[in-house]
Amino acid sequence: MSSIVLAGRASDAAALHRRSEDRAAWLLAAPAIVLLLLFVLLPVVAVIFLGFTDFELGYGKFRLVGFENYAHLITDRTFRKSLWNTSVYTAIVAPVSIVLGLGVALLIEGEPRARGFFRTVYFLPVASLIVAMATVWQYLFHPTIGPINALLSLAGIPGPNWLGASNTVLYSLSIIGIWQSVGFNMVLFLAGLTAIPRELYAAAHVDGAKSALDRFFLVTWPMLGPTTLFVVTISITNAVKVFETVKMLTDGGPNKASEVLLFTIYQEGFVYLRVGYASAMTVVFLAILVVLMLLQYRVLDRRVHYT
Amino acid sequence: MTSIPAGRLIRFALLSLGALMILAPYIFMISTAGKTQSDIFTSSLSLIPEHFNFAENFAKAFAKVPMATLLWNGVIVCGLIFFFQVLVAIPCAYAMAKLKFRAARLMMVLVMLGLLVPIHATALPLYVAFDRMSLLNSYTSLVAPFTISVFAIFMFLQFFRAMPDDLIHAARLDGMSELGIVARVIVPNAWPAVTAFAIFSVVAHWNDLYWPLIVVSKQAYATPPLGLMYFRAAEAGDDYGALMAATLIITLPLVVAFLFAQKRFVEGITMTGLKG
Repeated sequence: MSSIVLAGRASDAAALHRRSEDRAAWLLAAPAIVLLLLFVLLPVVAVIFLGFTDFELGYGKFRLVGFENYAHLITDRTFRKSLWNTSVYTAIVAPVSIVLGLGVALLIEGEPRARGFFRTVYFLPVASLIVAMATVWQYLFHPTIGPINALLSLAGIPGPNWLGASNTVLYSLSIIGIWQSVGFNMVLFLAGLTAIPRELYAAAHVDGAKSALDRFFLVTWPMLGPTTLFVVTISITNAVKVFETVKMLTDGGPNKASEVLLFTIYQEGFVYLRVGYASAMTVVFLAILVVLMLLQYRVLDRRVHYT
Repeated sequence: MTSIPAGRLIRFALLSLGALMILAPYIFMISTAGKTQSDIFTSSLSLIPEHFNFAENFAKAFAKVPMATLLWNGVIVCGLIFFFQVLVAIPCAYAMAKLKFRAARLMMVLVMLGLLVPIHATALPLYVAFDRMSLLNSYTSLVAPFTISVFAIFMFLQFFRAMPDDLIHAARLDGMSELGIVARVIVPNAWPAVTAFAIFSVVAHWNDLYWPLIVVSKQAYATPPLGLMYFRAAEAGDDYGALMAATLIITLPLVVAFLFAQKRFVEGITMTGLKG
């Protein structure tokens, strides 16, 4: 009898303790929760709401316009151009920087001596101020006094007007984007590579995978699955978010040939101050990010498995 | 003498070629920062300046750009952001990882949602709000939106989960409050995660142009990227010598920090990157 009472008291005490722990947890998490509401959730709700209004900064009044902004977006030539340019830029930068990143990681992994040196060099752009390096690239790309065209003319090739012509500007920006992100992808792949157990290579060798290529497809590539998926998602998201180089070097020009999503949003919202319309664009941008994340989760669920 | 296998030679050659392409912009930046205007126009391919003009170009950069203010602003803004991020994230991550917290699942959902939303998506309403409160052109507007980092919460959460519970139990038996545990047990043991996050945070905010461009229009509050943009706009012509000198000064702090703390840097990126 008394033991039951004791047990009851003990569980009371446990419940009491649980409750006080829960209270302490709430207190500790409270600043984070408040700031999260204030600076993330509330603004997202606000941007979705503003997307349905004709709000302009400087005018006091605004009204709800339903889907008018979105209807306008579909026919807006600048916005369509900007979506297209962002897609082209992403379609170039993401795959090339992933393949090069993997290639460099594989080469460095096999290099016994100068490993540390090469890793530092390739990673340098990640640690450099991109805005600053963009101005260096502008000099390199300069049509008349730039070293790249000087080099080309030595070989007798007439150099293009890299950042100044509408048919080359997007590719020039892509080159800068690739230069900037190869090292980042390399570091992620290197981490993935070192996590592969050595015994697997030995086992593959026993199983008859004699060439380096065989070993790559039998062991390295499948084992790198999760890393690759992560690198792919982060590369695409980063490419979709391209802004700095465009703002610094081309301002979307010439002739809107390098107008990209974030730059268009920036112009509409913060230069022309058409907040309502820019909010609708932001919602499209957010939707793209959500779709990318959902795709990542789907692939993660289905395909990426060890062995 | 043993011969070097051809495979190794090819690998080394490929890596060197790639490294040269990565380094080219830096080489030209340093070289051009030392050239006179006429050198730049006539001999763009020679790496060693004919007339050493480093002093003049740097003097011009320092005269035209308030370099000290820019770097100071960068340090203040990045420092404050980092300080608040850690201050807010550590207790929250501790509560989620180690306490019986009924809202932990809900918090996790919030964190995952937060990871998805970049500043570009929240910038419009935040700008309107800061404008209404007359807070544009202030450190507050530069720092406030970043005081909460869901990324920090996520990272510390992973780290704390791996921490042994015994430490915390022992501290509780000693009569420490939960806040005391965070301050005296958790924080001293969280340094690896804190440094890894510091690298991520400082690189991200030292480089950020988008948000400062939106909330700052006065040079007094300009961060390094913004200051460089002003300088370039003011210097409209082709004075690449001075421009490269300014670029060099602004790029240097982070690159030097990187070269010194390289190992931590790479660890930080892989730790934050792979788990983010």
